[in-house]
Amino acid sequence: MAKKIDSQDSAGFIGWIDERFPLSSFIKNHLTEYYAPKNFNFWYLFGALALFVFVMQILTGIFLTMHYKPDAAQAFASVEYIMRDVSFGWLIRYMHSTGSSLFFVVIYLHMFKSLMYGSYQKPRELLWIFGVAIFLALMAEAFFGYLLPWGQMSYWGAQVIVNLFAAVPFIGPDLAEWVRGDYLISDATLNRFFAFHVIALPLALAGLILTHLIALHEVGSNNPDGVEIKNYKDKKTGIPLDGIPFHPYYTVKDLIGLTVFLIVFASIIFFAPEMGGYFLEANNFIPADPLVTPSHIAPVWYFTPFYSILRAVPPILNSQFPGVAAMGLSVIIFAFVPWLDKSPVRSIRYKGILFKKWLGAFVVSFIILGYLGTVPSTIWGQFPNVLPLLGGSDVATVVARIFTIVYFSFFILMPIYSKKSITKPVPTRVTMK
Amino acid sequence: MANKSKKVNLDRRRFLVTATSVTGAIGATALGVPFVSSMLPSEKAKAAGASVQVDVSKVEQGKVLTTEWRGQPVWILNRSDEMINSLKSNPKKLADPNLKVSSQQPKYCQNKTRSIKPNMLVIVGICTHLGCAPSPRLSPKGDMGENWEGGFFCPCHGSKFDLAGRVFKGSPAPTNLVVPPHKYLDENIIILGEDTKEKA
Repeated sequence: MAKKIDSQDSAGFIGWIDERFPLSSFIKNHLTEYYAPKNFNFWYLFGALALFVFVMQILTGIFLTMHYKPDAAQAFASVEYIMRDVSFGWLIRYMHSTGSSLFFVVIYLHMFKSLMYGSYQKPRELLWIFGVAIFLALMAEAFFGYLLPWGQMSYWGAQVIVNLFAAVPFIGPDLAEWVRGDYLISDATLNRFFAFHVIALPLALAGLILTHLIALHEVGSNNPDGVEIKNYKDKKTGIPLDGIPFHPYYTVKDLIGLTVFLIVFASIIFFAPEMGGYFLEANNFIPADPLVTPSHIAPVWYFTPFYSILRAVPPILNSQFPGVAAMGLSVIIFAFVPWLDKSPVRSIRYKGILFKKWLGAFVVSFIILGYLGTVPSTIWGQFPNVLPLLGGSDVATVVARIFTIVYFSFFILMPIYSKKSITKPVPTRVTMK
Repeated sequence: MANKSKKVNLDRRRFLVTATSVTGAIGATALGVPFVSSMLPSEKAKAAGASVQVDVSKVEQGKVLTTEWRGQPVWILNRSDEMINSLKSNPKKLADPNLKVSSQQPKYCQNKTRSIKPNMLVIVGICTHLGCAPSPRLSPKGDMGENWEGGFFCPCHGSKFDLAGRVFKGSPAPTNLVVPPHKYLDENIIILGEDTKEKA
């Protein structure tokens, strides 16, 4: 419809294409004439970096699939084959394994930016919810992928997580059996996890990322001031006065960020690909053995805050379901933030001290829960028996319980403290700090 | 179209649209059945999960034999008299000393020793918390502390069980360890996964 005008603009080969496909108008609408606020700071790099890591995971994943065998008898050996015999196989695998950890690093920073600047507030609720869905799909993708090397940690990690389904009341054990396709984690499980990891979830992720971007370009980016740039437009052109074209301004800025990111990325790949056991765990260099459990099971670092919450909740009425439900809720609860935040302002720059303290408490509890999830619950010993109530219980478990309460309080009390918190006046136009 | 035709029967149109959608939805759901059931344990997996014969004549008193059934470790523990006596001493420390959660053992093992023969404990070595494999810590005390009378310890999250697989209070594991269906073929041969009444 509008494309006819475009086709008159350009001649030659591009003009030929534009009459058949909206190439020029697409580039205009989403790059050269897509106006983003001019006051982005470095926090706004992580969305683009996440997209970059996603593409890199797909590419390295395709090449790993050429050599990997999704077969319980061959999987472990085929990963070692990739590491030792495939030309540059070690590099491709380390790119993939480091990429998965850094994917979560950039996603967590990306989410923190949204919490800081209120990027989930109206009209960006759906944009945020698509983001939470991407986070969920990414967690599933990482979990399925972690079984594939078929090491001890792969095996027992999957065993623990699949058994979470068995805690669901009534249908639990049958559900867990259906997920595994067997009475234990076996070849059948490995084969289907491979299918989920290489096709089902990457497709879902690609679709979700597309909807995330469509929603973003519909409502436009938020910014560190949290003011709407669409409110002040040039009367002649209709361009937001505080907006600059995404290309070239932000493509160039993102390239600088990407360069820094790649320096970090390459340093890890070449100097510390196992990251001291946090990115690739020592136990995973032992082939899976259904009869021997490693003495300490811990998920990869990016799952540990949620795993800590699972461990912290005690069984109630002979059921471990409350812990499983709490872990599920700790992720799902992010989706409700747009409606929990009752603050009249978006950005942390103009929110009161109360909100800042709560956000700080949330970050601290996330990090401490994350640490506790990597270590055994006996790490800090037990309280002496003489103490009332606490006597004999693990110190680390009690600490995890306290921070689990802080974690959930950040969300559940948000309607109260975000309303009470005294805000500063918000400028009408963006500021350049 | 609708504007041009003189009379549109909206009720009939709504009925047809609904009927078509419902029929389509039923068809789509039915098509889902083969896909969902393809993920269930296959015939091959079911066959591998059939019963297993174990000769227990060589299990000495106080020793445990680890065998495999449905890919799970199964312990066969020949308890000494002291071990059997120790089961009586600690009902208050146990979460379910009287075996109220009856799904954790077959009816014929719903007794004080949780076994067919008082000395022979047959039990699945999978923690009821999240499915790790606990390890036997049969002798009293040692690195398990002064109060330990022998039992099983799960290293993952610290669940403790006594010598009948009953869980101690305060463990993350909610229930006792599972006694699998089993029967004696003769004095020394146990069949795992099968009992006198029903096949497991």
